[in-house]
Amino acid sequence: MSIILDHVCHTYESGTDLKSDALKDVSFKIEDGEFVGLIGHTGSGKSTLVQHLNGLLKPTSGNIYFDGADINDSDYDRKNLRRQVGLVFQYPEHQLFEADVFSDVSFGPKNMGFDKKEAELTAYSALEMVGIPHDLFYVSPFDLSGGQKRRVAIAGVLAMKPRVLVLDEPTAGLDPAGRDEILSLIKKLHDENKITVILVSHSMEDVANYVDRIIVMNDGSVYLDDTPRNVFSHYRELESIGLSAPAVTYILGALQNKGFNVDTNATTIDEALHTILHALKA
Amino acid sequence: MIRDITIGQYYSTDSLIHRLDPRVKLVGTLCYIISLFLINNWPGYIIATAFLFMVIALSRVPVKFMVRGLRAIVLLLIIAGVVNLFFTPGEELWAWKKLSITKEGITMASTMVLRLIFLIMGSSIMTLTTTPNNLTDGLEKGLSFLKIFKAPVHEMAMMMSIALRFIPILLEETDKIMKAQIARGADFESKNLIKKAKALVPLLVPLFVSAFRRANDLALAMEARCYRGGDGRTKMKPLIYKKADAAAYLVILLYMIACIYFGRIFKF
Repeated sequence: MSIILDHVCHTYESGTDLKSDALKDVSFKIEDGEFVGLIGHTGSGKSTLVQHLNGLLKPTSGNIYFDGADINDSDYDRKNLRRQVGLVFQYPEHQLFEADVFSDVSFGPKNMGFDKKEAELTAYSALEMVGIPHDLFYVSPFDLSGGQKRRVAIAGVLAMKPRVLVLDEPTAGLDPAGRDEILSLIKKLHDENKITVILVSHSMEDVANYVDRIIVMNDGSVYLDDTPRNVFSHYRELESIGLSAPAVTYILGALQNKGFNVDTNATTIDEALHTILHALKA
Repeated sequence: MIRDITIGQYYSTDSLIHRLDPRVKLVGTLCYIISLFLINNWPGYIIATAFLFMVIALSRVPVKFMVRGLRAIVLLLIIAGVVNLFFTPGEELWAWKKLSITKEGITMASTMVLRLIFLIMGSSIMTLTTTPNNLTDGLEKGLSFLKIFKAPVHEMAMMMSIALRFIPILLEETDKIMKAQIARGADFESKNLIKKAKALVPLLVPLFVSAFRRANDLALAMEARCYRGGDGRTKMKPLIYKKADAAAYLVILLYMIACIYFGRIFKF
């Protein structure tokens, strides 16, 4: 199972004076079980791109294949696609509407044709997965805290048991503790449930600790597509397109200039700690 | 999907009409609408057509944009035209079973359709050449005489400009929520009416919640900047009549006189 984008272009308001090319010739392949970070500055086409992955937007030209089938064929079962590819939008808590948390989470599975018992079971396990305590299952979702609302909204997508989870800026507007909570939750889902995860963000810091591969978008096209280590080694170029490498990259670079023998390719704080200790001992 | 809706669209360019005081345009539009119902013969329609096209030419807005506004009322035009054409009693020209076309019917149908088209085109010139902010400023100042009767003119104008400002925001929000619920398997395209109504709940509840949230935020932001209503409030760009505005009033007056004289009184 894989997702393949083949020369995908998308133009908003095509044919009018307001037309703008949001995606320009985007091609890549995402394999089963990958944890991919999709990074780009505001307006680089990230959000437009992820809406193509479950067929909410149709490419102006180009094709998208899921499991080898073109998702924009007229007879393709798009409802099933949306079950398989769960999309969590930016500020997902804004989509909550039910009277209690549990009914809101079972909305998705019920739409997907799960029977009542099955829908409730998946809703229950999704809420457990995101760590919502049992006594909050039947309170109004509007009474929860910001971080809890967001986790409930993510559970609403997880309850459909997707094989691919796409999250658009899941940490936007959260405090550092809430951010770490959400990101480690996503990491756990990837490791334990073997879900393919595509994490959209504009912050290198967010994704550096979690993903295996980074796709950098700039002005509607793929700018870099590599492992975090290789992507961050281009940090001068990243700065020119309005992004920055994680702070450790800068610190290690500065240390190296001062004559310390550190490995500047470290991307996480743990790796940086290790190489700095190593350099100090030597 | 929902982005295609355009309400009161402004066409940004620089022209004589764009620079006119919004009050002039409001009065002019009102006069034009009244004139359409005053005239009852063909010289009157010639004057109304000439005036409309003169203003369109002066406004430098492509005719394409004017016609776009008509698309919404195509059905209304067809119904008004057909009903008047076939069901007006009078001197029969053609008949088939119960349907008949009369001389009066032809006149009635064509004047009705023309009036509707001119009505829409006339008022869309105003919205196309005036920014919503300018329009509400014009309304506020134009109606300020109502303050004598303790009418809250400033508050009404403020509410109107906020409402106009929120239309695109709420449309965008609707689009977003709709997509988020479709991603959770919601079906907004069902033909079944009951299902269709039920499908609106997951859309309308979050939309109302977000509208209230935004209203709350806006009220807080306004209060933080010491907004306290219209009393003693000055404007950054106050509306002041210029020579062109006086000339425009004169043109409108001449047009009205011409309409009344040639369109109603004068007999050919």
